[in-house]
Amino acid sequence: MKKSPGAIFRERSEFARTRIRDDTRKKLILPLVLMMALMTSGISAFAAEESNGILEPVEVSLRDKVSLQNGAKLFVNYCMSCHSAKFMRYNRMAADLEIPEQLVESNMIFTGGKIGDAMTTTLSKEAGEQWFGVSPPDLSLIGKLRDPEWLYGYLRSFYIDDSTKTGWNNLVFPNVAMPHVLYELQGIQKAIFTSMTDQNGNSREVFDSFELVSAGKMNADEYDHAMRDLTNFLYYMGEPARMVRIKYGIWTMLFLVVLGVLAFLLKKEYWRDID
Amino acid sequence: MSFMTWLDDRFPATKVTREHLTEYYAPKNFNFWYFFGSLALMVLVLQIVTGVLLAMNYKPDVELAFASVEYIMRDVWGGWFIRYMHSTGASLFFVVIYLHMFRGLLYGSYRKPRELIWLFGMVIFLAMMASAFFGYLLPWGQMSFWGAQVIVNLFETLPFVGSALSEWIRGDYVISDATLNRFYAFHYLIPFILVGLVFLHIVALHKVGSNNPDGIEIKNGPKGNKWSADAPADGIPFHPYYTVKDIMGTVVFMAIFFAIVFFVPEMGGYFLEQPNYEPANPLKTPDHIAPVWYFTPYYAILRAIPSAFGTQVWGVLAMFASIAVFFFLPWLDRSPVKSIRYKGWIFKSWLAVFVVSFVILGYLGTQPPGGSRTLLAQIFTASYFAFFLLMPIYSKMDKTKPVPERITE
Repeated sequence: MKKSPGAIFRERSEFARTRIRDDTRKKLILPLVLMMALMTSGISAFAAEESNGILEPVEVSLRDKVSLQNGAKLFVNYCMSCHSAKFMRYNRMAADLEIPEQLVESNMIFTGGKIGDAMTTTLSKEAGEQWFGVSPPDLSLIGKLRDPEWLYGYLRSFYIDDSTKTGWNNLVFPNVAMPHVLYELQGIQKAIFTSMTDQNGNSREVFDSFELVSAGKMNADEYDHAMRDLTNFLYYMGEPARMVRIKYGIWTMLFLVVLGVLAFLLKKEYWRDID
Repeated sequence: MSFMTWLDDRFPATKVTREHLTEYYAPKNFNFWYFFGSLALMVLVLQIVTGVLLAMNYKPDVELAFASVEYIMRDVWGGWFIRYMHSTGASLFFVVIYLHMFRGLLYGSYRKPRELIWLFGMVIFLAMMASAFFGYLLPWGQMSFWGAQVIVNLFETLPFVGSALSEWIRGDYVISDATLNRFYAFHYLIPFILVGLVFLHIVALHKVGSNNPDGIEIKNGPKGNKWSADAPADGIPFHPYYTVKDIMGTVVFMAIFFAIVFFVPEMGGYFLEQPNYEPANPLKTPDHIAPVWYFTPYYAILRAIPSAFGTQVWGVLAMFASIAVFFFLPWLDRSPVKSIRYKGWIFKSWLAVFVVSFVILGYLGTQPPGGSRTLLAQIFTASYFAFFLLMPIYSKMDKTKPVPERITE
């Protein structure tokens, strides 16, 4: 039987098409892979820039209520003398951290505020500027603005330095206006620097280690632990919704998987008509 | 008399449903790339709905804006969810639109007789970029402020009218309360213009019919299918076939969307930038100002062009040109075939060059300039433009494959 010219043409083109389609698919995947690789390298490069060898990993956990409660205690006792957390309310903190409201009212509110009030400080903006040169920033969002590793490193890196106005300096935030408020807990430490000469023959000071000059109420382990709790609290306070959003997310994903299966079966059923 | 008869005598309800859904015959071989049109429409609706909800608590005032966003994030019931949907929606809108445009490039959807669809689409893209730009100022964070500052300052480089124009845009000498208020007004207005433009985009599409991965006009092929004797043989009714298929695509999209909303709303600083958690401070310039990722390819082009003859206007012109050049695509492509399936290796290679250039420029735009990065940006700016400007030549030279008469799946 003789095939019509059209049929032969179709067969040939069909063969060509399969090959081309496979080709195109491979090409389409390449840019995607490239984009992913670039994004990852971008993120890791950024992360590498941030940690200059001083920052150590710290574990934050919103499930660890004891740690969050201890962080909150440190925050209201030490930080809130000067810093506000004006987007955070006492009763929200009480509910999220499972602290009874009466306890918060009697032990954690020093401004005479009510349980539903925002966590403000009594230090005025003007007084702050007068004392420190800059008004101490609001800390509601510090857990979003800075990574936990940065906060943890900052809280542990104060050292005495005669060259600054306050007599304190910080390795993570050089020449910060804030003095070491927690020195009575950590004690007083000094930083040891060593001279290093680079390939161009320029020598520069490189941080080597801290040396405890006078001990505080806590030993090094206890202080690190306390600072981990404070970091954890700041991380929580940056976004209280984080407490629930992961949980909701998991349920949403499960729902969408079921919906996806149904949608797929529905499509398949309808498309049986199409050859 | 039934209700539908009563309605149809006064309003073409049945007629419109038939023409655009149940008797709109779309080619039966739509593939993965054809999900993004309906997804874009869905994201637009989502942005409007979440945007209206946010507007109920947002305050366009430099003293209150930042705090009102935090109020939404903390004190408004479900506020964080609405806001993360809106911020994620903004980024994914661009993802979807970029993929939708890339589909056009793959299968020549901009070619005759679909030039107007492409042009409406480009106007939609411009309006979207404007809306995203205006919206980014509203949280009044550091990046909001300095990003707007950088972009509005671009207009200052234009000769003669530059400084007057940028003052006119800001309504002030600096980004200020006046700027925030007008940006908010435009941010609220543009989505409704977008709805109108999308209407035109779809009306134009339904006039000529959808293209397909083979780039064949099904209307010119044989007639008659299961549903109608005079419909294209290779067409199937949009409803229910493509509606159920799009529902499937939508669920997959929603899974990605909500995974971001619930698990990584900042997307490593690409969707919500970390410095934006600090309120705008006109006295403190951030170390590194970068626009959100969807603008970075154009930003990289802007920075790649050096100043010459005592002005930096060339970079600004190149940046606008890099977007404007898309408008000419229907007339730049001189290939005898529409679809990449039947184009030759020359066109395919150039398309690959364009995709790589776009992605690398996008990456470079997020990075601080300097060193080899500037040179790289210049090289990829050149290849970005070469894809378009040399197209009339290479698309004609290219050895194409024969196009079948009928759809092949």
